[in-house]
Amino acid sequence: MRKRHSPKDRLITVALHVGLAAGLFFAAFPIYWMLSSSFKSNTEIFALPPTILPKAFTLEAYEAILGDPVKLRFFFNSYFVAGAVTVLTVLIALLAAYGFSRFNFRGKGSLNTLIISTQTIPPITLLIPFFGLVVSYGIFDTYVALILTYLVFTLPYAILLMTGYLNTLPRDLDEAVAVDGGSSWTALWRVIVPISLPGIVATSVYTFLLCWNEFLFALTLTKSTSMRTVPIGIQLLMGQHAFEWNQMMAMSVLGSLPLLLIYLIAQRFFLAGMTAGSVK
Amino acid sequence: MTRQKRSHHKLKRAVAPYLYLSPSLVIIGLLMLLPMVTVVAYSFQNSAVLRRDPSFAGLKHYQAIYDDPVFWASLWHTLYFTCMSVVFHMTIGMIFALMLNSDRINPTLRNILRVLYILPWLFTAVIIAVIWRLLLEPNGVVNSILMQLGIIGSKVEWFSSPETALHAVTFANIWAGYPLFMVSLLAGLQGIPKDFYEAADIDGAKGYQKLIFITIPQLMPIIISISLLDFIWTMQVFPLIWITTGGGPIYSTEVLSTYTYKLAFSSYNLSQASASAVVILLISLGLTLFYIRYQKAR
Repeated sequence: MRKRHSPKDRLITVALHVGLAAGLFFAAFPIYWMLSSSFKSNTEIFALPPTILPKAFTLEAYEAILGDPVKLRFFFNSYFVAGAVTVLTVLIALLAAYGFSRFNFRGKGSLNTLIISTQTIPPITLLIPFFGLVVSYGIFDTYVALILTYLVFTLPYAILLMTGYLNTLPRDLDEAVAVDGGSSWTALWRVIVPISLPGIVATSVYTFLLCWNEFLFALTLTKSTSMRTVPIGIQLLMGQHAFEWNQMMAMSVLGSLPLLLIYLIAQRFFLAGMTAGSVK
Repeated sequence: MTRQKRSHHKLKRAVAPYLYLSPSLVIIGLLMLLPMVTVVAYSFQNSAVLRRDPSFAGLKHYQAIYDDPVFWASLWHTLYFTCMSVVFHMTIGMIFALMLNSDRINPTLRNILRVLYILPWLFTAVIIAVIWRLLLEPNGVVNSILMQLGIIGSKVEWFSSPETALHAVTFANIWAGYPLFMVSLLAGLQGIPKDFYEAADIDGAKGYQKLIFITIPQLMPIIISISLLDFIWTMQVFPLIWITTGGGPIYSTEVLSTYTYKLAFSSYNLSQASASAVVILLISLGLTLFYIRYQKAR
């Protein structure tokens, strides 16, 4: 039994809370600094000594971004591409997961291994052949190029995630449909899909975030400013005006909003998606 | 059901899984396996992509990479960056998970801190890169704090001096990546049966003994599989380095992915870049095989 309230015990509790506070500083200070810098004027950002809270609170950085159609286009592109890829991925992955979860067939084991191993293929390896393909099919600098290439990276995870979810659902349900003479296709849409919503949401969240964060392909397979996504937009901001730090921070805040919102609203789904590739 | 109808039904059951899998397999086959074959082919061609009928180059491009000191430097930087990242992700993740799991903290505080500790994970690599560029600017807040504390005498150019750049990018990556370990280990900690600790208490075990003999062995499967995945993913780092240092100064933060990218899209030497990409693929595949074996053995 642990003796509570002995001096040694109290010391451990204090030490633990000091550790927690140090951890909090480490984890949150950089983010706090981004947020507070986005509300500063560009001259205040490098004021000495640094101001922890903005001395002259200003929304000028946000106004500069939200008032600029070129920058708004970055956001539209990111939402559009991520949204399209999410819809496609979830549909295709749902079908594959249904096949994996509800049928026994030749080659199931090796196909499953194939899908697990495609998760770890380095993007840079696929980039060069993708570039070759995209140029030769004349889809360089288009949404199609981004959507197709993102699909390859989101699909393996989505299949594993959905299969894992479908495996938790009892088989009696779809067997009941089969007894009534319904096909497996009917069982999928009438029975499985309606009760798989949590799995579908987790998969969608994960897929969306993967696309939202993508940098390498967006950098290489698009060229015109009107095709760029948010991550590239942030980088462009850096190239054009090396010292517009407040705008870069404001754009980073705006670019992180979808993730933060999804995380705060749907923590459970979010974590399920983010750890899906790693923990069984 | 008549026999004929039943056999028809059986056939449908046999074909159905392949139909359900076919869209995925077509995409993976055409957009993943085929490009992998293509990149291997490119690496044996002269002026791949750029010419319509490239000539066979043999192992020339592999030889060129082998002879390039920048490639070896990139390999070394990648290893340093990856190993340090994984070790510290694991250590910090473990410390945070243990602290959060302690029964000495108030449950509300625990929940709030858990949400806040995960925060770094929510940010895109590009945003992490610009945040750390701002923090580590010569006139930035980190230098200012360190100078006030007397830890450094003058402003350090973290990302633009060859001595500190690699450490600085590694540090930024450590900050960004520990929550995966923390979340996974926290889930693992909650799965350890309480009886183990009660039995240890009866035997009079001390806190650190319980950590070494119960907690860590119980978490070992999670630690190993997350470390392997983290290693594979961290090795592929690109945006963080591209935006903070671009591989410089003087190649001091060049990693395999930036090295390959520059060969392909700055020097337009797509053949040699393909050879380098194949080398990265082989390293990755080796690690992946190891990971899959480990997962199956579990």
